[in-house]
Amino acid sequence: MWSYLIRRILAVIPVMTVVGIVVFLILHLNPNDPAAIIAGDHATAQDIEDIRRRLGLDRPIYIQFVDWVGRLIRGDLGSSIFLERPVLHLILERVEPTLALAISTTIFSVVLAIPLGVLAAWKAGTWIDQVIMAVAVLAFSFPVFLIGYGLVQGLALELDLLPVQGFVSISEDPVRFLAHLVLPTIALGLVYTALLARMTRSTVLEILNEDYIRTARAKGLANGRVLIIHALKNAAVPIVTTIGVGIALLIGGVVVTESVFAIPGVGRLTIDAVLHRDYPVIQGVILVVSGFYVMINLAIDLTYTVLDPRIRY
Amino acid sequence: MKNSRSTFSQAVRYALVAAGVLMAAQAAPAAAQKTLKVVVHADLKILDPVWTTAFISNRHALLIYDMLYGLDSKLVPQPQMVEKHAVSDDGLVYTFTLRPGLKFHDGAPVTSTDVVASWNRWNKRDPMGQRLASFTASLEAVDDKTFRLTLKEKYGLVLETLGKSTGGLFIMPERVAKTDPQQQIKEYVGSGPFVFEQSEWRPGNKVVYRKNPDYVPRSDKTDAMAGAKIAKVDRVEWLYIPDHNTSLSALQAGEIDYFEAPPLDFVPMLEKNPRIKVIDIEPLGLQGILRPNFLYPPFNHPKARQALLYMVKQEDYMRAVVGNPKLYKKFCGAFFLCGSDNESSVGSEPLMKQDFEKAKALMKEAGYNGEKIVVLQPTDRAQYNAMTMVTIQMLRKAGLNVDVQAMDWGTVLSRRANKGNPYETGYHLFHTTHGGPSTANPVSNTWFNSRCEKANPGWACDMELDKLVEDWSRESDRAKRKVILDRIQARAYETVPYVPIGQYTQPIAVRSNISGVLITNVPVYWNIEKK
Repeated sequence: MWSYLIRRILAVIPVMTVVGIVVFLILHLNPNDPAAIIAGDHATAQDIEDIRRRLGLDRPIYIQFVDWVGRLIRGDLGSSIFLERPVLHLILERVEPTLALAISTTIFSVVLAIPLGVLAAWKAGTWIDQVIMAVAVLAFSFPVFLIGYGLVQGLALELDLLPVQGFVSISEDPVRFLAHLVLPTIALGLVYTALLARMTRSTVLEILNEDYIRTARAKGLANGRVLIIHALKNAAVPIVTTIGVGIALLIGGVVVTESVFAIPGVGRLTIDAVLHRDYPVIQGVILVVSGFYVMINLAIDLTYTVLDPRIRY
Repeated sequence: MKNSRSTFSQAVRYALVAAGVLMAAQAAPAAAQKTLKVVVHADLKILDPVWTTAFISNRHALLIYDMLYGLDSKLVPQPQMVEKHAVSDDGLVYTFTLRPGLKFHDGAPVTSTDVVASWNRWNKRDPMGQRLASFTASLEAVDDKTFRLTLKEKYGLVLETLGKSTGGLFIMPERVAKTDPQQQIKEYVGSGPFVFEQSEWRPGNKVVYRKNPDYVPRSDKTDAMAGAKIAKVDRVEWLYIPDHNTSLSALQAGEIDYFEAPPLDFVPMLEKNPRIKVIDIEPLGLQGILRPNFLYPPFNHPKARQALLYMVKQEDYMRAVVGNPKLYKKFCGAFFLCGSDNESSVGSEPLMKQDFEKAKALMKEAGYNGEKIVVLQPTDRAQYNAMTMVTIQMLRKAGLNVDVQAMDWGTVLSRRANKGNPYETGYHLFHTTHGGPSTANPVSNTWFNSRCEKANPGWACDMELDKLVEDWSRESDRAKRKVILDRIQARAYETVPYVPIGQYTQPIAVRSNISGVLITNVPVYWNIEKK
């Protein structure tokens, strides 16, 4: 187990190396120029050239690459070209909103989706199953921004129950923190709920057709016990995988939701950096997020051993 | 049964408590009565107004720094930090005296050495500052309150240069102003009516300014950028909300007070809302421009650039970009904006009437033979995108072979600064806009600058035009200036540094409890009250 864990952690190094090289090359071989954006709309070519020189962007790409790798090895992700602030600080500033949204969305989706998925599987083929799956398809089909605008119009503008936009830190005001999370959580959570409910339904349905379930029922076990102890527990592995992948995607930043609700999270940091060609920030965010992906995958793999005693590393 | 009913009533009670908490949470921000919440047009990333020409950095600077002069509503420079000035009889020596009570945000008094250092940094970067520098023999601090400018020869735009708000001379402490102009400053201490709260700055989200309690406003009446700058709110918070629909909803819900640049198609809807006021703060407005690349055929030939004049119909552009006829001028042929002191219609006849046959003939004379014309299309900028769409149709109607290259605005900025071949890394045409007092003046109108390699992207090149602009800048007599200005415009319609495609305004939207918004061409936040 421990050797597996160490091997998996060490495997992060080649993954990150490949990610780093690919991201660096994609950004730097692209004929874009952050100096032109920094200089502004009314700058002369000379102004742009001066800024390019000052930032070292006129140096050969391989020198810029060596410079970047050298700093990376020392644990320095570099500084934003525009803000002249360390990339790590910028990422850390954005972690709280993203993490809060990821956690609230995950809780919302799991609490709603798993009972609905199990119920749909249990009542497979009945009107209950059909209604749940129809709602799931509908939720999955609606774009997040449309759900978001609808929620804003209804709950924020018409009923004046919740704020339209923004984020308040939990340390500043826990109540306003929660109030600001409700709408984005619902908008984003509906899609994940639909995905998870469908996944739960199909997995549980498959297991309900297994021989040991038939045996359990033949033994006279109560329906609830069969469903929870025998079926759901054995369906847990694919469900946990889906939840894990969902968390990883959410942490990577959910650009549309963050934009619609003006949440200053990692997604908006990334898209802003891309639009401004802020190379160090793009590279830093992608490296950190890819590292997080690897760790989430590792956590999912380790969870399997708890959920299914047959799995051993 | 009893049990389930009590569970239900408990659930209702919890739901009511939760709703109450959420409503209280909603009400909380409204309690901060003296905070003006503004949705700005862009995220503030660069805090050094000398280092970038980005509008948002300039607007930040207008809040925290003060200036020597300010332009009044007639665009006449009036003393701001300066108490008085004297000009020698030969017009070569200007002696300025600072008014008493000026203090930086760190408590230090503003002195002449701070002014000289700020001036010397600014004039390395700003085009109008550079031109003044080329006329300057010396600039020196005489004592703490007095400084002296000595010119090599007479220059008619000294005070206009010191008072311009876009790319203006913002006074910083000497230690900050000594920063290399090619480097960003690291300290943001001004002497203006608001103080930048660096600890609360969240790039990509929020910028906070608080009222400067030590600011001593002038006693004169506030008049655009001149006169008293009185901060009437305790805090100004800039919020960056990239989604316009969200900004609109936030304004309707009262979460923000001031929407700096609502999309123009939102304006009719906003005007109908009794809780919102739409205010046009730009008497001069914006000018849309179509910029040809002077480096490559066919637009290296003046006939091809003149052909563009015959293709353009300003009203088509304005309908596509603005829509609402109240917000644009049906026609404006003035390079230096209609409504300004430098408005002129001289030479604008080719732009008045669309004539594709004439345009085709001119293109032929320029040697055009069906080659592709590369047009840069920024799909993520609604106004520029609409302009480009009209241009594409117009070029095709004139029989040109158009190669539209769609990209985001960041790529356009990079691409248009590239002097390479249009079919590889360069281009033939792109759109941009400019506006306000800086456009209304031949020296500070950067897109008009025709100094070839030293010009803005597109590299307009006509040294005769540049010579006329220089003659205009030397002249201080208004009547003589007007004569030179007409010659400038006549020449410009021959060489066509760019095609003016129309003049329009970008109003702001505020909640109805906001008053005192100044008509200043650029948004400023002093004088604004929130009831």
